[in-house]
Amino acid sequence: MDQLLQHALNALILGGIYALLGIGLTLIFGIMRVVNFAHGELYAFGAYMMYLWAMVLGTNFYLALPLAVAMGVGLGALIELVLLRRLRGADIDTTMLVMIGAWIALQNMEQLGWSGVAKSINAPFPSAPLVLGPVSVSWNRLFVFAVALALIAATYALINRTRMGKAMRATFQDRETAALMGVDIARVHTATFALGSGLAAAAGALLGPVFVVTPTMGDLASLKAFAIVILGGLGSIPGATLGGFILAFVEELGAGYVSSGYRDAMGFLLIIVILVLKPTGLFAQKERIG
Amino acid sequence: MKRALTIAWLAFLVSVPLWLTNLYVLHVLIMTGIFIVAAMSLNLLLGYTGQLSLGHVAFFGIGAYASSLVSLGFSVHLLPGWEVGLEPKPVWLGMLIGTALAGLCGWAIGRISFKVRGAYFVIVTVSFAEVVRLVALNWVELTQGPMALNNIPYLRLGTPDLIEVAFLGKTPNYYLVVALAVVSYILIRRLVASRAGRAMIALRENEPLAASIGVDLTRYLVLATVVSAAIAGAAGTAYAHYVRIVDPDVFLFIYTVTMVIMVVTGGKGTLAGPVVGGCIFGLLPEVLRSFAIAPEVQWVIYGVLMVLVVYFLPEGIVPAVRGWWQRRQGVPAAATEPRTAAEAAP
Repeated sequence: MDQLLQHALNALILGGIYALLGIGLTLIFGIMRVVNFAHGELYAFGAYMMYLWAMVLGTNFYLALPLAVAMGVGLGALIELVLLRRLRGADIDTTMLVMIGAWIALQNMEQLGWSGVAKSINAPFPSAPLVLGPVSVSWNRLFVFAVALALIAATYALINRTRMGKAMRATFQDRETAALMGVDIARVHTATFALGSGLAAAAGALLGPVFVVTPTMGDLASLKAFAIVILGGLGSIPGATLGGFILAFVEELGAGYVSSGYRDAMGFLLIIVILVLKPTGLFAQKERIG
Repeated sequence: MKRALTIAWLAFLVSVPLWLTNLYVLHVLIMTGIFIVAAMSLNLLLGYTGQLSLGHVAFFGIGAYASSLVSLGFSVHLLPGWEVGLEPKPVWLGMLIGTALAGLCGWAIGRISFKVRGAYFVIVTVSFAEVVRLVALNWVELTQGPMALNNIPYLRLGTPDLIEVAFLGKTPNYYLVVALAVVSYILIRRLVASRAGRAMIALRENEPLAASIGVDLTRYLVLATVVSAAIAGAAGTAYAHYVRIVDPDVFLFIYTVTMVIMVVTGGKGTLAGPVVGGCIFGLLPEVLRSFAIAPEVQWVIYGVLMVLVVYFLPEGIVPAVRGWWQRRQGVPAAATEPRTAAEAAP
């Protein structure tokens, strides 16, 4: 029972990160109709930027985090402006191929620039874990969870409360009508891709100090983000949030009670179950997001 | 004219081992040939039905592993006290089983993912490949995991008493791969020209319209996936018995990407496209290597090329060259084949 509680706690914390990854991907798909295969690369980029600021340049840990996220936002905006803007209205396969190309190029540039050796980031947290009765959790993971929840809440607020969020929701519903109503679609797209990329970079920057940073870390992140998004229904933000937590629980319990070697296969099994039982995902809402 | 060209081309292919003395180059040609077969199978899906399989390497690897395991024999404990085993079987049987198993996996993936269209097939195939790789890595009792399957027997046809052909070494395997490529090419060409092929192209061009005139979408999509997966599996079996060692790295995603780049660059939805693209990207790594370029740089170049091809040559090399040739011959533009790239989404 104690073991179960510990697994549940680990899953909850992991779920926060998965939700960040999933929300970013589902936003980009829902609003731009782009299957972003470079999503995991933004995650890896965030982790490397965290390493750059915190370890190479020696910036304060709490300052390095927003800096890394900001650079993720910047890279996302750049990718949208350079690669995707010209392809607006192109079919889904075309943009997908471009994003796959971007993924391969980015990942191997990371490999060249940082070498294949795993990097670790020191975090300013006490190494003794916080013990809560039968379970314990490291301070670092607790911090990760708190920031992830704050970012999720901020994203919801941005989508539901701001003018840009309203424009995003309008674009999601009907791109042509939104454009007719005076929504600057180009700006919405850039903002969406930058936001989604920023969330992925934040997930990487947060998890970098917990695990280690490697050039290929983005591959699994991409696959998991896809699983989460299918789970929740493509384009649904509540679906992606919940999907992130569901995937984390399934993985954690699967690794704990079935086989840790197949931990990363759990997401795929979940996809199969969802596609067989409810192909549109748990929360498919074609009408609205937010 | 066209027939003469085909015969000349085939004669050239057959003659290669007679005058090519550099065994390394012959090896590169064999590997390129195997990749071309895999790329042709991917083209059937991507080019003719418009569905992108990003886990194609899974079918290739399943063919390789299944064929190796059948010819090596294996024994595994599925549950405590329940052992399943197989005595070593002839290699040709292994190759047939490997091909069939890959096709079966294609059927299952197709049945599941074509319930929903769009990005789902892509994501299901890419995750499927990852899971198969994890199984190959973790199920050590069956696959030897990272220690790899070694000493895989080579293909022998005939009987030892009469005539026996042993596919050991480069030259016989070269002919095996050429034969496989020719058979796959003819199979795909016949399929695409058939009623089923027209249905596939129809649903690529306009799915609702195709459905409205009675094309059973799921059926033809699954059919294309099965044939495509089986051909990829056959390429995998040829690979396994040529290289004679199979490890979980055959499932690396980068090989799928290589196939996709071959098809897209050569020209998806054309029969010659994967062959042209396969030749370019099969031989390009060797050229880059001679310039002492690190593999990472090679992949960066691949990634950038992929983006550039989508921007500047969206239909690929073969349609572009064909269009240029026809314009030169003064054929009016309307007489050229229909555009392969799907129309921009509304």
